[in-house]
Amino acid sequence: MSYAFKDFHWTRHIPIKNYFLPKTLSEALNILAEYQGRALVVAGGTDVLPQLRRREIDAEALVDITHLPDLKSIEERGERIALGALVTHASITSSPLVREKAKLLADGAGYLGSPQIRNIATVAGNLVSGQPAADTSTPLLALDASVTIASKDGERIVPLTKFFLDTGKTILDCRREILTRIEFNALKEHHGCCYLRLSQRKALALPILVCGVLVKVDKKRRVIEEAAVALGPVAPIPFRAIRVEEALRGSPISKEIIEAVGTIAIEECNPRDSLLRGSSLYRKEMAKVFVKRGLQKALAQVGFPVT
Amino acid sequence: MGTVKISFKLNGCDMNVEVLPNTLLVDLLRDVLGLKGTKVGCREGECGVCTVLLEGEAVNSCILPAVKVGGKSVVTIEGLVKENGQLHPIQQAFISEGAVQCGFCTPGMIMNAKALLDKHPHPSDGEIRSGISGVLCRCTGYRKIVQAIKTASQAGGRK
Repeated sequence: MSYAFKDFHWTRHIPIKNYFLPKTLSEALNILAEYQGRALVVAGGTDVLPQLRRREIDAEALVDITHLPDLKSIEERGERIALGALVTHASITSSPLVREKAKLLADGAGYLGSPQIRNIATVAGNLVSGQPAADTSTPLLALDASVTIASKDGERIVPLTKFFLDTGKTILDCRREILTRIEFNALKEHHGCCYLRLSQRKALALPILVCGVLVKVDKKRRVIEEAAVALGPVAPIPFRAIRVEEALRGSPISKEIIEAVGTIAIEECNPRDSLLRGSSLYRKEMAKVFVKRGLQKALAQVGFPVT
Repeated sequence: MGTVKISFKLNGCDMNVEVLPNTLLVDLLRDVLGLKGTKVGCREGECGVCTVLLEGEAVNSCILPAVKVGGKSVVTIEGLVKENGQLHPIQQAFISEGAVQCGFCTPGMIMNAKALLDKHPHPSDGEIRSGISGVLCRCTGYRKIVQAIKTASQAGGRK
């Protein structure tokens, strides 16, 4: 039986040889360059440490960016809000600015993991992990977020819609590059928004379905000017339901349009059958329910209850 | 593999220790410093029995590299007892309310309760439940745990 224990029981050992806490961005990038892909960037480490222990990823060294300066702020910059890479889920959830002007992101961040995880895990890390069920990805997609990526060659700014490539894979190479900043739209009073989440339990459970909805209404004409609907994990990456948004744009607020886009939402999803998350059929049906419910809630917020 | 020197405050005392780059805080506390009050459950950040306070915030010490606590303050379950051996009001409430069954989750529950009561001295039932949502009690004795935290808050369980 000791053979079975050794093979199947967890090991406590984290297989890294060095742990760096650089004080500047250029120092961090230099260490990454020296290690030529064998060092990995880490911030909160709540995803990376368990993955290293389970041998799902491999690294010789960790480059911890939590001592880098100026990456902890949450700032309003004109029409946008900027987050430094070290902003945690707990600080997003309790930020008055985010609660007022990007409520769906505050709500999404409040669902992630547990209080202990939210105190440590960063929003930037949640994006870099590239999971289609990440609780901040769909709100940020709906808020037209962009991310700043720093590398030895300089900085580049990438819209979040171009950031995710596949499950667990993004355009960022976390062995050579560092996500330094996230920017997204600050909402105004004619915006309604909501974040919906379906999971097996109310705490510490991975989502079966998440949906971020945003509407901008013309109150005089009773028309939906713009809408953003983001969904996950019903495809390899979280995504904006473009056809749903197109159908909503310029449409009068009505029960009929909400019913119609619910049906379109089903066609936009391509979930797998999953023992953890339920069947494809169930999740497609729930995507329809969530898009409709999300729109109803967002519209009710701006004074247009549709029942 | 070279060691790293770190200095931090542990339960109010200055500590200077040498750790390996891959040492986790929970292993430093239990195996090197001999503080076995903090438990190890899943090593995944799921079960919460390894919770300690880092700068006053509840964190899972099983997924926290020890080098990260350099220059910071850490409080473990041992740090709640007064110097004269008197239990913390939260610990006392767990005993008086019968909130301890097998006891394995108790340190994690109490440290999360401490973090909660330090921020919200008089939490609602809902706030208590979400405050301990990151700790699993496999005896499923949640009702009495919630009651104990409520009792501690009424007794002024902050100190």
